[in-house]
Amino acid sequence: MQPVNEMNLEFPSRSVNEGFARTAVACFAAQLDPTIDELNDIKTAVSEAVTNSIVHAYPGKIGPIHIRARIFEDRSIEIVVKDKGIGIPDIEQAKKPLFTTGNEERSGMGFTIMDSFTDKLVVRSRPGYGTTVKMLKKMLPFAGLK
Amino acid sequence: MNLKIYEKEAGMEIYMEGELDHHGAKDTMRRINSAIDASMPQTCVLDMSGIGFMDSSGIAVVLGVYRRMEEVSGSMRVRNVPVQAKKVFKAAGVDRIVDFE
Repeated sequence: MQPVNEMNLEFPSRSVNEGFARTAVACFAAQLDPTIDELNDIKTAVSEAVTNSIVHAYPGKIGPIHIRARIFEDRSIEIVVKDKGIGIPDIEQAKKPLFTTGNEERSGMGFTIMDSFTDKLVVRSRPGYGTTVKMLKKMLPFAGLK
Repeated sequence: MNLKIYEKEAGMEIYMEGELDHHGAKDTMRRINSAIDASMPQTCVLDMSGIGFMDSSGIAVVLGVYRRMEEVSGSMRVRNVPVQAKKVFKAAGVDRIVDFE
């Protein structure tokens, strides 16, 4: 399926960019005319993915985070959040609820939230090369077109 | 995160305002914890009506307050949780641990 539109975004892994990233993706997703709930789901999932990269990808330094969002004719959006950080050695372990290597302000629920707020979640990582989180969310059909 | 903390006879009331994400979570926890430590209230109510957005960082904040209140033998409740934040708590099962009004 060919995308109808695409946007790319890159920013440094500073926590102040979490709000910017989720709002920017939500603005782009607005082209699909989503409901407020759908828009909030997208914001929440993006916030989790970006926060993971900010907290874990570049220990003790700042590195780039890239987001690519593409929208399709079937009213779906694919969001790819990518970093070039240290990677995740054990993805299955990282995805487990409550598992965290972060500090007390982390809950270990990031992947659980991403998973339940989107329709599809794929996490790929290679230690030393980085992590890619791909999420797919399909908007419900317009009420009038059902 | 804007916090308004009131100490009433019935206990402590904390009104949270703004977006609750990782960026502000640590500072939010620190301010709430020091307020609880200073007055050791019997009850603590977190009013979330002013939360425009919350991700899983909010879970850590709420569970942090829950634990802190247990340490001072008090109890806590969360009230006026907006729809989006409620969905985050539910997905994580926090509604089974913490008392939501």
